[in-house]
Amino acid sequence: MLILAIDTSAVASAALVSDDALEGVVASFSTEDTRSHAEVLAPGIEDLLASAGVTGRDIDAIVTGVGPGPFTGLRSGIATARTLAFVWDKPLYGLMSLDAVALEVAESTDAAAEFLVVTDARRKEVYWARYSLAEGQLPQLEDGPHVSFAADLPDLPAYGAGAGLYSDVLRADPGFSNEQPDALYLGQFALARLAAGAQLLDSTPLYLRESDAQVPGPRKRAL
Amino acid sequence: MNRSQPLVLGIESSCDETGVGIVRGTTLLTNTVSSSMDEHVRFGGVIPEIASRAHLDAFVPTLRQALAEAAVTLEDIDAIAVTSGPGLAGALMVGVCAAKALAVATGKPLYAINHLVAHVGVGLLDGNPDGGAGAGRSAALASGLGHGGRLPENLGALLVSGGHTEILKINSITSDVQLLGSTIDDAAGEAYDKVARILGLGYPGGPAIDKLAPTGNPKAIRFPRGLSQPKYMGTAQEPGKHRYDWSFSGLKTAVARCVEQFEARGEEVPVADIAAAFQEAVVDVITSKAVLACREQGIKDVLLGGGVAANSRLRELTGQRCALAGIKLHVPPLDLCTDNGAMVAALGAQLVMAGIRPSGIRFAPDSSMPVTAVSLPA
Ligand SMILES: [Zn+2]
Repeated sequence: MLILAIDTSAVASAALVSDDALEGVVASFSTEDTRSHAEVLAPGIEDLLASAGVTGRDIDAIVTGVGPGPFTGLRSGIATARTLAFVWDKPLYGLMSLDAVALEVAESTDAAAEFLVVTDARRKEVYWARYSLAEGQLPQLEDGPHVSFAADLPDLPAYGAGAGLYSDVLRADPGFSNEQPDALYLGQFALARLAAGAQLLDSTPLYLRESDAQVPGPRKRAL
Repeated sequence: MNRSQPLVLGIESSCDETGVGIVRGTTLLTNTVSSSMDEHVRFGGVIPEIASRAHLDAFVPTLRQALAEAAVTLEDIDAIAVTSGPGLAGALMVGVCAAKALAVATGKPLYAINHLVAHVGVGLLDGNPDGGAGAGRSAALASGLGHGGRLPENLGALLVSGGHTEILKINSITSDVQLLGSTIDDAAGEAYDKVARILGLGYPGGPAIDKLAPTGNPKAIRFPRGLSQPKYMGTAQEPGKHRYDWSFSGLKTAVARCVEQFEARGEEVPVADIAAAFQEAVVDVITSKAVLACREQGIKDVLLGGGVAANSRLRELTGQRCALAGIKLHVPPLDLCTDNGAMVAALGAQLVMAGIRPSGIRFAPDSSMPVTAVSLPA
């Protein structure tokens, strides 16, 4: 099974993963930048397909990170994934973007049995979720995702760029303090879950915040 | 690629309409629009984040419907065109990302197109003789600009909507467009929305005020015509800085003051008179400056575009003043005046037919894209 995974919840990334390939990875790319998704994502995917010698016809499913993440960037990836899935007529699945970091933590040697994944939500807040880890299992989402102030999070080891950003109040793991959700891990997570017969999400974005729009009150009358 | 009658799919997402249109050369095949307008009503104006969320959910269904209505497949398409600006940044992003994905998935060339010039491009469409979605509009369209896909030589465009207010000179629709004047603050449609809110008339403000205005006396109150003092206007020989520009924020403030004064005196607010006087001020200053620009810049044909083209008084006064100045006025059917994908497709087809190179997939949307960029270079 060949999956094209896309995530733009923080940086822009895409990956081709397959259960036939070594470590599951066929090809991948990701950017450092969190603000140029609209420019880099489509060329990145085009190069990815070309470098792997793969066309849309060869892909079995598309997986997109559904956030949480800054709205405009997050939508870039979902709009891209939905359109590709429509044109190629392939199944489309969503995966919570923090799962990518959770899988990366699970694959590291000194992972804690219970931990947080934390990314930057801007406006002095973080997106976060709590995971548990059992030997030989995929990380299990226990709580979240939420958006909060870093100081209000549970007292657990914290992984991801959001933890690095607020290492003054979080138990940030220094090895993961710049880590962002990456489509590569998201794709691997999706492969593993599909192989286990588990359900994935649809592509509905997890905004976690309202649109900020204010219904205007009645105009004050001059008396 | 078919360069004489290219089949072009156009995508629009610069404000609150998700549009997908398909044209073959200058023939309209479909104009499919999904609007999030209803979601903005309780806020009294377009909320960019709500519009962006709606674009994301509307895009694929709108695309699917457009392909079905035009009875074409993506393989048939010669090129894709998308609005890359000007417009709301987050809203543009959705259409641009979707268009790029479409280009990657189909391998078709992609044109990044200027929204304002696309409003003019729609005037080139000449209806659909074979029936289908475009049928029934042939007569209306054929009376417009686009007979055989050729534009008049001295063409101007007056664009008035909730997002923009401009007067353009079109030397070449594919490569040479000049901005003669524009609003320096609110768009005219925005002023309508704000004033309708002050008067308690609801959203969108344009139709509400247009409906009420004929029952009021437009001369009961005199509201200011922004940027019309000599220091801004100058003379034809020595034009002032804002000779062809508009400003509507002072007008909105004047309406608010006027209402407050009636209330402070304990008098009933003459809503219909204020609506009529406000509409007269807006329409007077738009048309007088536009016609002045046309006369001084040698423009003989003017296309009226944008959602406010639906306004009855704007159409009437523009028609009268253009006629007096010997200028021919063209007004496309209303569903092609408001934001839509067909106009993007129409301009895209012109670019293909003119042999302009596509933009590729590396461009960024530009919320303040100037009209001098008809399409983005690769
Ligand atoms: Zn427009």
